[in-house]
Amino acid sequence: MDFSYDDEQNGLREAVSALLGRAYADSEQRRRVVAGDPGFDEKTWSRLAEMGVLGLPFAESDGGMGAGPVEVSIVAEEIGRVLAPEPFVEAVVLAGGLVADLGTDAQRAEVLGALAEGSLVPAFAHAETGTRWEPTAAAVTATEDGGSWRLTGVKEPVPNGARADVLVVSAVAGGVTRLFLVQGDAEGLTRTGHRNHDGTRSAKVEFAGTPAQPLGEGTGDRSGAVEKALARARVAYGHEALGAMETALTTTAEYLKARKQFGVPLSKFQALTFRAADMYVSLELARSTVMWATLVVDADGDVVAAADRARLQTSRASRHIGKEAIQLHGGIGVTAEYKVGHYTSRLTAIDHLLGDGDWALARLAGSVDAHETVDPLA
Amino acid sequence: MRLSLSPEDQAFRDEMRTFFTTRVPQSIRDAVAAHRELTKEQFVEAQQVLNAAGLAVPHWPVEWGGRDWTPLQRHIWREEMQLAGVPEPLAFNASMIGPVIATFGSQEQKERFLPATANLDIWWCQGFSEPDAGSDLASLRTTAVRDGDDWVVNGQKTWTTLGQHADWIFCLVRTDPTADKRQRGISLLLFPMDSPGVTLRPIELLDGGFEVNEVFFEDVRVPAENLVGEENHGWDYAKFLLGNERVGIARIGSTKRMLVEAKEHARGITANGAPLSEDPYLRARIAEIENELLALELTALRVVANSAGGRPHPASSVLKLRGSELQQAATELLVDVAGPLSVASFAGEDSDVPDWAQVAAPNYLNYRKVSIYGGSNEVQRTIIAGSILGL
Ligand SMILES: Cc1cc2nc3c(=O)[nH]c(=O)nc-3n(C[C@H](O)[C@H](O)[C@H](O)COP(=O)(O)OP(=O)(O)OC[C@H]3O[C@@H](n4cnc5c(N)ncnc54)[C@H](O)[C@@H]3O)c2cc1C
Repeated sequence: MDFSYDDEQNGLREAVSALLGRAYADSEQRRRVVAGDPGFDEKTWSRLAEMGVLGLPFAESDGGMGAGPVEVSIVAEEIGRVLAPEPFVEAVVLAGGLVADLGTDAQRAEVLGALAEGSLVPAFAHAETGTRWEPTAAAVTATEDGGSWRLTGVKEPVPNGARADVLVVSAVAGGVTRLFLVQGDAEGLTRTGHRNHDGTRSAKVEFAGTPAQPLGEGTGDRSGAVEKALARARVAYGHEALGAMETALTTTAEYLKARKQFGVPLSKFQALTFRAADMYVSLELARSTVMWATLVVDADGDVVAAADRARLQTSRASRHIGKEAIQLHGGIGVTAEYKVGHYTSRLTAIDHLLGDGDWALARLAGSVDAHETVDPLA
Repeated sequence: MRLSLSPEDQAFRDEMRTFFTTRVPQSIRDAVAAHRELTKEQFVEAQQVLNAAGLAVPHWPVEWGGRDWTPLQRHIWREEMQLAGVPEPLAFNASMIGPVIATFGSQEQKERFLPATANLDIWWCQGFSEPDAGSDLASLRTTAVRDGDDWVVNGQKTWTTLGQHADWIFCLVRTDPTADKRQRGISLLLFPMDSPGVTLRPIELLDGGFEVNEVFFEDVRVPAENLVGEENHGWDYAKFLLGNERVGIARIGSTKRMLVEAKEHARGITANGAPLSEDPYLRARIAEIENELLALELTALRVVANSAGGRPHPASSVLKLRGSELQQAATELLVDVAGPLSVASFAGEDSDVPDWAQVAAPNYLNYRKVSIYGGSNEVQRTIIAGSILGL
């Protein structure tokens, strides 16, 4: 068991951190960027592409860098550290990951190559109102007519659904969940975008007999593949959350030292420093679990279970750290001008995008009798 | 970054597991598993089995019985020991005074004490706390005054764990009451518990047990050569020793064992017409503790891998803090699984209330101690806030 990064990985972190540090040097810059569509900075997106970041997990033959989940985790953490609104996890890990897993040679070359170059942003249209974090689809149906497929129904909320150049869509066909590619300019496609509480964008995406191309060969059920892709994204989001939690904590610690009340810095009040210490405990325990889950992804172990464990730990930690960060700042913590509240907002969004702590706990609770002890070294 | 154990570490783990489950007497391991109080003889026997195989003090310098293991191997050693229900080598000997003597003691002291300490031929107790010096240990008042070749010790210690079994005490005493800082002018003395002038009074704890004592010193004469290191530098040795105490205090393996027990017992109890083990709330509670424990174990692995130069990683406070909370959560879970049976804690052998249910509540009450001793959880928060967050 080894949790240390090698030189190349440290180099990647430094490069990404420098790029994003410049792009989002202060929270005003982020506020400006998320104020207008598409909710992220296209230039920063291109620079990430030039650095090779957007093709990290894809095979070199598909136009990627052939790196692994550890490298992906490093980028996600840096994204989280400055709350960069660029949709790295959404586009690269989730939508790109599905194409990499299931796509035909031609689909992979077309989508992943362009994604890596920064010229195409894909999104995964999967969520449906009325269900929570299922790997299956129900509200969109796919029908075949003479070898061509059409989709009908509504997906909502779809992260980056309005901006996306291509959508990976889950739909029911023949009683099972299948995946399709839909071009952004397809006929019968209506997208209504809006801003989310954390500054990112989502859309209501309506399909009315919209032409679609099946992702990959075969007609089988894809819900297993969706579950696995969601699990990998949960782990990557865990790293984004770690970056955000770490900044929220260090910002809070700095504030406690700087802010004076009753003639002394707040850091003189033990009731407050103890709460900061507990935030640190939450952060470190979440960090250990998320790093471990990344190693499980890397080793292609039981990714779904590991992601549930990481999700539970991160969810609890995000809520704890996010809420305390605001409380310990006092009034300024709830203002839009000051950054700490935005961290809590993003942590809240991450918590609900792919499954929250109680949801993960319920799944884990179902399996407590299936093992004696939980052994991370097994 | 790497997930799994190397083949060598895997083999090491298997070797430990086999040793602990086959070579340590079953009766002793059963007593640990049943949360029964061990006799002195059982402690000694278990440690001597380990010591004979070179497994009692692997973290000591090699010339005194250490094994030069990696931090990961030490972690595996401890975990496997706890999972197998093997009583750990007496902490006062193996993790506290042994390393202090090996690091700061004179050559005579090393030769005289270390082999006997490793083999538990000498049972040590820790004489640090006093009635008015708990978390604020530096305010201790027990004095030692030089008289010819002896120190003369007067004062009182308290909370002295298993002092009733102890042959010797390592004791913090004030040797220079005029020192400019309270932390200076403190020395570390070693002396036998049967020295004239030493009196022991047992303290009954909440669970009815007698594991701690008050110890009174009245003109106890201690030969000058029994001073460890330098006069008035005892505080440094105490800090070194307490740092060692924190590593391994998380007791993850032992908490895991309690969770296994809770699951097992829950299968045999009917609640609302179904096995208690199927109760969704109970399952969620177990799953949550299991996950916290996983996070803690992974953190322990990160910490052991990064403790440079034998100094505990600053995050080791996380281990003490959360480790004690999870031990307490597991004992609480066991009382709750026992439910109404837990009330019959002293029903005895004639009762149909099973043994585990009888000991559940006393154990839960006893385990309130783990967030108090070894640097209370509030003290750990102070360390995290101060030395890690800079507050
Ligand atoms: C079962 C048991 C076994 C023990 N064994 C030994 C032994 O073998 N040898 C030995 O020397 N000692 C031993 N101890 C003593 C132990 O180390 C002390 O109990 C411990 O240091 C706390 O001191 P105290 O009990 O005097 O509590 P106090 O220090 O009086 O603390 C009371 C409460 O106030 C909190 N507190 C104190 N100071 C602060 C602060 N600055 N900020 C915030 N909160 C604070 C504490 O955390 C605690 O909750 C043992 C204790 C127990 C319970």
